[in-house]
Amino acid sequence: MVAKKKTAKSKVKTSVNKSSRNSADSMNVSSRAKKPFSLKPNIPPGPISEKWEKHKFNLKLVTPANKRKFEIIVVGSGLAGASSAATLAELGYNVKCFCYQDSPRRAHSIAAQGGINAAKNYQNDGDSVYRLFYDTVKGGDYRSREANVYRLAQVSVDIIDQCSAQGVPFAREYGGLLANRSFGGAQVSRTFYARGQTGQQLLLGAYSALNRQIGLGKVKMHCRTEMLDIVLVNGHAKGIVVRDMVTGKISRHSAHAVVLATGGYGNAFFLSTNAKGCNVTATFRAYKRGAGFANPCYTQIHPTCIPVSGSHQSKLTLMSESLRNDGRVWVPKDKKVAEKIRRGELKPSDVSEENRDYYLESKYPSFGNLVPRDLASRNAKEVCDEGRGVVASGLGVYLDFTDAIERLGENTVRERYGNLFDMYEKITGTNAYQNPMTIYPAVHYTMGGLWVDYNLMSNLPGLFAIGEANFSDHGANRLGASALMQGLADGYFVLPYTIGQYLAEIGEGDRPSLDDPAFISVQDEVECRINTMLSIKGERTPTSFHRELGQIMWDKCGMERNKTQLQEAIKLIPRLRQEFWSNLKIPGENASLNQSLERAGRVADFLEFGELMCRDALQREESCGGHFRSEHQTTEGEAKRNDDDFSYVSAWEYMGENKNPKLHKEPLKYEEVKMTQRNYK
Amino acid sequence: MNLTLKVWRQENADDPGHFEVYMAQDISPDMSFLEMLDIVNEYIIADDGEPIAFDSDCREGICGACSMVINGVPHGGQQGTTACQLHMRHFCSGDTVTIEPWRATAFPVHRDLIVDRTSFERIQQAGGFISVRTGSVPDANATLVPKGDADLAMDAAQCIGCGACVAACKNASAMLFVAAKVSHLSLVPQGQPERERRAIAMVKQMDKEGFGNCTVTGACEAVCPKEISIDFIGRLNREYGRAILKKGNA
Repeated sequence: MVAKKKTAKSKVKTSVNKSSRNSADSMNVSSRAKKPFSLKPNIPPGPISEKWEKHKFNLKLVTPANKRKFEIIVVGSGLAGASSAATLAELGYNVKCFCYQDSPRRAHSIAAQGGINAAKNYQNDGDSVYRLFYDTVKGGDYRSREANVYRLAQVSVDIIDQCSAQGVPFAREYGGLLANRSFGGAQVSRTFYARGQTGQQLLLGAYSALNRQIGLGKVKMHCRTEMLDIVLVNGHAKGIVVRDMVTGKISRHSAHAVVLATGGYGNAFFLSTNAKGCNVTATFRAYKRGAGFANPCYTQIHPTCIPVSGSHQSKLTLMSESLRNDGRVWVPKDKKVAEKIRRGELKPSDVSEENRDYYLESKYPSFGNLVPRDLASRNAKEVCDEGRGVVASGLGVYLDFTDAIERLGENTVRERYGNLFDMYEKITGTNAYQNPMTIYPAVHYTMGGLWVDYNLMSNLPGLFAIGEANFSDHGANRLGASALMQGLADGYFVLPYTIGQYLAEIGEGDRPSLDDPAFISVQDEVECRINTMLSIKGERTPTSFHRELGQIMWDKCGMERNKTQLQEAIKLIPRLRQEFWSNLKIPGENASLNQSLERAGRVADFLEFGELMCRDALQREESCGGHFRSEHQTTEGEAKRNDDDFSYVSAWEYMGENKNPKLHKEPLKYEEVKMTQRNYK
Repeated sequence: MNLTLKVWRQENADDPGHFEVYMAQDISPDMSFLEMLDIVNEYIIADDGEPIAFDSDCREGICGACSMVINGVPHGGQQGTTACQLHMRHFCSGDTVTIEPWRATAFPVHRDLIVDRTSFERIQQAGGFISVRTGSVPDANATLVPKGDADLAMDAAQCIGCGACVAACKNASAMLFVAAKVSHLSLVPQGQPERERRAIAMVKQMDKEGFGNCTVTGACEAVCPKEISIDFIGRLNREYGRAILKKGNA
């Protein structure tokens, strides 16, 4: 491979001299070098507990003097992006980091509330690396890669040390030691937290490390800069094309390797708990250039969010899951009573105890209101679909604290959840000490992402994906407080080692010039796409298309999916896409700050990506974790996995415009953990 | 409800800018302020106008992106609330609402309500960190942090870096912001080795960016969406004085 690359490189050099801007010519260069799609997980051999140590020893190193000759692009500045950019720079690499926000600190990791897991066993309650590994594999409903998860659990302990040394103000006990709390899906207290703002504090820690490197000149930070495409040279990821969101200038950036830390794709549903700007463009562009997209149908729906209040809604707000510790979930038994409540003719307090259906408590007597996220969400949908929802739209159930207030007193409830009750009142105008809250599930996290091997490298050499942007650690369902852990594990402790292997293999000479025809060609494509969108001058705004797509996704590929609905969606989405490209309206021009244009680009990608999600959901003829196919459930209505036929990672290969993508499978082998059916009755 | 909006429109940093009047009709009291602007923007686009540009991202009050002065008050004057968490039920039908960007020399306008806050970035790059390399750290429980100190550090660390403090200050001073950063790191034992260096470097950069001086009016504290106490400004002054007086730092 190395020898072949060298000849290719010399070809590039000659064409650079010609400095041709002939895009047709240059497209041939990139397509000529395209390698066949293959998925090699590169999981090291040996016992699971020794894999990572041995692998680290076997990885090639770049000597300190040579590191400064390498340039690495990191796209995204959340937990994974900021921590990796800072760490790579500390190691001596030159890093360029890009984010669309005006500051790296605003990436959506900042909004994570609950905490971060780590197998520290500070509470002496029997936690261990193995237990965290086991809980994560089980929680993921046996659809994650064992070796990756074990490594995640191993490095989790280092994360807490790292963040604490950065000055992250974790909650403390009176003796000055770190405090822990328990969280869903675990029987030990292993969650570290900083009030209800753990994500914010961890991100500020990573951001401070990043700032230090920016100050030292090792990281060049590009804020308000959006990645619009990735550039492959001879099949290797060697750079990106970006748009300056203030001036509209399109520019090319080359490097030895590209790292995508661009988060998840929850905004395919339009309404989600993600930030407004979160988008799939970076990973989807990589997919269109040949990277495999893994498990796109795995979406996590969080049960306790504030219900949609009307068609104006721009995003949904999560209320911490901890509320279910003391709140009781109910709806009226009788549909007619619910109708009266929806019309405002009855108040919840008018419904007598015997007319209330505490459906989680009756259905799951041992776990009650504390069943896992997917079950709580699906049951709420079920009762609302029966017409028993209690908010005007019909989509909301009660979370009632009356009993807790009677039992504990209002002050105790205020101590435990005061900030959440305040937030609830701010948004809804309702005092939840006097009235029950109303909640409904909302899209929260996406487990799928770019396919990566054990080194977090995609099937495209030189392209790495970390954090929520990859697929590997959470399987079909993520446990609470594990997203922060994974983002930082990848960024601080995994990628900085594994990227060295790739860089050592290619050598410092393998960084193409910005005048390489492949770069020129991608820039041409990006500019052409922008000009096309601006020139449509139709009737509908990007947001209106996004809302419509979101409705299709939520109705047909949401909490519950079935074959008919998915097939409908696969027909509806291309129609909507067609309308988008013929009836889009974007005011203004490219050469200025143009938020409609930014949105349009993201929506265009969601309009293709949504279809891929549906195709993935359609092929997975089983229910697992966050993916519930109504055809595949037990007689008791629980998710029914099909391990014989579906214990694989689906990785999709892009086959070209208007062609069906091709499904590839990476089989999942469970050597450590025995697969069982989850039971929460 | 129906509202009249007077909105600051400014094409770019060189444009002098002006107010433009828009009608916001059929606004639901359950909308957030930014959702109301979303609706107005959809109408503006339908009328072949250019939508009002404003920053926002998380829309749950934590990312610090949203930044607008509403009726003369940064974030609109609801205690402890960012503009994205401000809801229309606090307005009345028939109200006229004035919307402007943060106004400060150190925050030049990019467009309409969007300002350039990279001056905050540079202040933090100058010293807003604890110098630790990834991996070369002791076990987290090897460093004890008294609970009171950790809690107070957290009070300061909650700052979302929105810049409302600067926008509210008649001197456009960034003291509350810098105070929050310096206090957070000087309150924890991990931050001690660089304590003096940090205070001096951050204050120096703050002055260089063109922020005004603090005359302790308390306007910053009043509008801070995270209700960060002005006490931290006292702490910053002390940290700075201490650093200057300590031998070798002046």
